[in-house]
Amino acid sequence: MNFWTDPLKLAADWLIGLLTGWGMPAGVALGLTAFLGVLLLITVLMVIDIFLVWLERKVVARFQDRIGPNRLGPFGLIQPFADIIKLLIKEDTTPANADKVVYNLAPMLSMMSVLILWAIVPLAPRILGVDLNVGALYIVAAGAIGTLSIIMAGWSSNNKFALIGAFRQVAVLVSFEIPMVAALLIPTILAGSMGMNAIIQAQNVWYVWLSPLGALIFLVAAIAELGRSPFDMGEAESELVAGYNIEYSGMKFGMFYAGELLHALTFGGFWGILFFGGYRFFGLEQVSPFLAIPILLTKAVIGYWIIMWVKYTMMRIRIDHMLAFNWKFLTPLAFVLLMVTALANVLLRGASAWIYIPGMFLSNVILGWIVVEFMRRYSRAEREKAEGAAKARTVLEIAHP
Amino acid sequence: MNSQWLLVAFFFIVGLIIPVGAIVAAAILGPKKPNPIKQTTYECGIETVGDSWVQFKVQYYIFALVFLVFDVETVFLFPWAVKLGQLGLFAVMEGIVFISILVVGLVYTWRKGMLEWA
Repeated sequence: MNFWTDPLKLAADWLIGLLTGWGMPAGVALGLTAFLGVLLLITVLMVIDIFLVWLERKVVARFQDRIGPNRLGPFGLIQPFADIIKLLIKEDTTPANADKVVYNLAPMLSMMSVLILWAIVPLAPRILGVDLNVGALYIVAAGAIGTLSIIMAGWSSNNKFALIGAFRQVAVLVSFEIPMVAALLIPTILAGSMGMNAIIQAQNVWYVWLSPLGALIFLVAAIAELGRSPFDMGEAESELVAGYNIEYSGMKFGMFYAGELLHALTFGGFWGILFFGGYRFFGLEQVSPFLAIPILLTKAVIGYWIIMWVKYTMMRIRIDHMLAFNWKFLTPLAFVLLMVTALANVLLRGASAWIYIPGMFLSNVILGWIVVEFMRRYSRAEREKAEGAAKARTVLEIAHP
Repeated sequence: MNSQWLLVAFFFIVGLIIPVGAIVAAAILGPKKPNPIKQTTYECGIETVGDSWVQFKVQYYIFALVFLVFDVETVFLFPWAVKLGQLGLFAVMEGIVFISILVVGLVYTWRKGMLEWA
């Protein structure tokens, strides 16, 4: 036991020893130490969040063939701090017609719903907030608070743009929660546990190889859950100006914005944890937490980058198309995949790894192929129907001008 | 077990303190010069007409209703998924029957035209 292999335990033991030495009861000292640990984690997260603002602006600039912030400090790294000072000294306005209590509570809940997700994120084998045995359910529950904050913001602003944005966003969020839950069930089946640490420990082979389709469904549902483009119905700026957060300014808007960025990183992290082995990378995680944490963060940032890539490449989809995509395509697909995974897992579990892994992979590939083929036939039939109708109309117009 | 949930409570407390602190700091540092025009509801170029707290399109409510049915039932699937390894093929078949009932519900909603954006 030394600093290199278990720094957190060493620091906690030292602090508890110090506090009990001052005559504090052992239980209180333990609680205080745990509280300080949580405070440290969340403070570090907020600092990361500040740099996410810089990262997001830099990446969107590159996607749009610009340079992005480059004036303040090297590569514009000090730019987000200038942004924070701007947000802090900006006047804090509340519309006269707004429901004041709910209006002020919404941005706080928005940020909180993201921060509490990190309670179950295992940063390293022995560095984690809480190893809840209902981790997968906790993700869904914390997401519900985020949904609540959006409807609170939209409703309390007493603004028509905000209300429409909030209703749309909530319709999308609750719809895409179904494929999300189904995708969360797949690692649960494979690992036999809902706890995040148990899921990572069980991934001797990354679950993306056992369930590539599940990983894809989780990514799509996560992007929808984040409310980012192409699913950014709530803040469709070309039609709703800013959506549910239209009446917010200063730090309250900042909380929504920072919350969204951290949420994206968090879901990139969960994608990495559930399907890409979390902090595991060829046994390096056993050497030291100082290696395991960067591995997890690298995976989270790669996931975040993919989410950004989708955001800045895809255009927004209309709300009816989006809900139809979810309820008529993604939800049935997710449930069929769930059944196939459960069946294949039980049938192949006894077999050796050389049969189990390709078998699981193939079951996903075959299901994906069937779905693609079915959709191709369906869309061709639809197209021919539409073309036939167009042709008939032209003939009719020629005959009777 | 209880200490675990105490830690989760710490996360809730700290997760609330940080945004509250930031917003309160901004409220203290920022200027406070409210006036009636500044506090009007935002609208594109014109003054806003009427209240926003009105009766709203029912379609959103129907999607929420469908979601509620599914979400409650998917919660039952979590214990099934956790114990699937020990329970074997019979439990898988039971689960498939259960999911099929869910899918029948979806087909019913679909056939009723509730998934169309009318």
